Amino acid sequence: MTALSSTLRQTWVITLRDLKHWQREPWGPVFGILFSIMMLLIFGYLFGGAIEMPGGGTYLPYLLPGVLALTMMFGVDGIMAVVTEDTKRGVTNRFRSLPMSSVAVPLGRAVADLGNSAVQLGVLMIGGLLIGWRIEGTFLEAAAAVGLLLWLRLAMLWLGIFLGLALRMEGALMMVQVLVWPLGFCSSLFVSPETMPGWLGTLAAWNPVSATATAARDLFGNPTGITSGVLADHAMLLALAWPAVLLAIFVPLSMRAFRRRG
Amino acid sequence: MTTAPLSARGVRKRYRDTQALDGLDLEVAAGTVHALLGPNGAGKSTAVNVFATLTRPDAGEVRVGGHDVVRHPARVRSTIGLVGQSAAVDEALHGRENLVMFGRLHGLSKADAVRRSAELLDAFGLVEAGDRKVSGYSGGMRRRLDIAAGLVVRPRILFLDEPTTGLDPRARHEVWEMVRKVVADGTTVLLTTQYLDEADQLADLVTVLGEGKVIAEGTPSALKSDLGGDRVIITAAEPDDLDKMAGALGATATVDLDRLEVTVEAGASGGGAAVVEVVRTLDSAGITVDDVLLRRPTLDEVFLHLTAPDPEHQPEGAAR
Repeated sequence: MTALSSTLRQTWVITLRDLKHWQREPWGPVFGILFSIMMLLIFGYLFGGAIEMPGGGTYLPYLLPGVLALTMMFGVDGIMAVVTEDTKRGVTNRFRSLPMSSVAVPLGRAVADLGNSAVQLGVLMIGGLLIGWRIEGTFLEAAAAVGLLLWLRLAMLWLGIFLGLALRMEGALMMVQVLVWPLGFCSSLFVSPETMPGWLGTLAAWNPVSATATAARDLFGNPTGITSGVLADHAMLLALAWPAVLLAIFVPLSMRAFRRRG
Repeated sequence: MTTAPLSARGVRKRYRDTQALDGLDLEVAAGTVHALLGPNGAGKSTAVNVFATLTRPDAGEVRVGGHDVVRHPARVRSTIGLVGQSAAVDEALHGRENLVMFGRLHGLSKADAVRRSAELLDAFGLVEAGDRKVSGYSGGMRRRLDIAAGLVVRPRILFLDEPTTGLDPRARHEVWEMVRKVVADGTTVLLTTQYLDEADQLADLVTVLGEGKVIAEGTPSALKSDLGGDRVIITAAEPDDLDKMAGALGATATVDLDRLEVTVEAGASGGGAAVVEVVRTLDSAGITVDDVLLRRPTLDEVFLHLTAPDPEHQPEGAAR
């Protein structure tokens, strides 16, 4: 058997393992979806009325792609929790003692999670349609938006895998779970960077999740809340490039951390 | 001649400010159970992690199944089974699914992995539990499944890192039975333990580790006889008799007031002769006794003796 086919086979075994987890213990993913719906309702109905959109438009069509991108971003701490748990139980060390490719475990995880993410996106989009969100773009454009969101998720997963393998101190997971919030809010997900103080707005515009959210808004035909600057001109390019850069960094780092651990 | 399942020379490993392994030498013979015995921090787990390719040694040479662990870790991995300190099985999966998964990851075909899993569940008394979630297993069952997972491909050497730590006595005996079965099947086992009785029960050869080095090695009985001879323990019928007994029995007698016991070293003539001698002496002195017991040294005593700090270097008052 060639190295590639055995790597793919090992990856598939890990994917099946994670899918079985969701089948046996569905509360994690279900809670994740409920949480995103809660965010949608809180921002849509509680805060939404007070939020003004630069360049016009109503808030809900702006908000929904932002919640989708935030849900993708939660992939970081979600997968980090799983990796940390495996390490704590010694399962990671058992994998490391097997004649396996060092990419198979994280890759299998990522593949399974993308399935889970696609379901989450589907549920949230249906929920959005029910409360009045509309897709104004074509079917292909909408599919491209979903593709960009999953592309972001993939990068977030490898970042989370790396953090789970590399950060060994107690409390690292909680730290990341907390940090996700300011990093998520300092972006275009909930409010336009143009309403923020200048330096903060620039920072928010350069946040990788802003690029994905803005490009998705464009493709869905929703208001972007962006009238000028880098996001107005190059959102699509950035939404492709940012995850690629993150992957180029964190895939090799994760593989290295998997071998070095212990 | 086949190569030894494991041979290590001068292995050193340093973590920041501790020298976990400080020139460890070890040779494990095929078909035996070899125990690494030592207190916490002696370097047992680090040694196993180096042997199982999880940790790179700073210096030294380790060959497992004839392969160098640093140069050919992948080859080593295909010849070993590792059972770490915590039960490394997936809680959400069934027992059987765990074994099939690890078999598949080892490179078995699906049919072979299923067949081997059934064999292992049967061999280790997990057939009934096999199709239930591991999260409902007892500690002993979980540990047995964990060890079975280390055996899916019949490794040349199985590493068991503190296999019974945290188990109740009944579960410990189950695990011991399992290890005996594994060895009877021809698998070589290297186990680490801080329990002397475990090494005594299972091991053909015991290596005692202290501060990353070998401080003694031998069969359990050889280690015990190194410590010295048998002892006779006499329990007094009356507390007042203790001093009289000690006086009659001579210089080697020590008194334990709480347990009403006097202990006498048997000396060169052996335990049997010493018992006769003790009974005769006490009888002629007119002292009645409650009980006379002949005791051979346990590995516990060997262990304490070997790992005790040198009494000459102890501060005043700490020495007995």
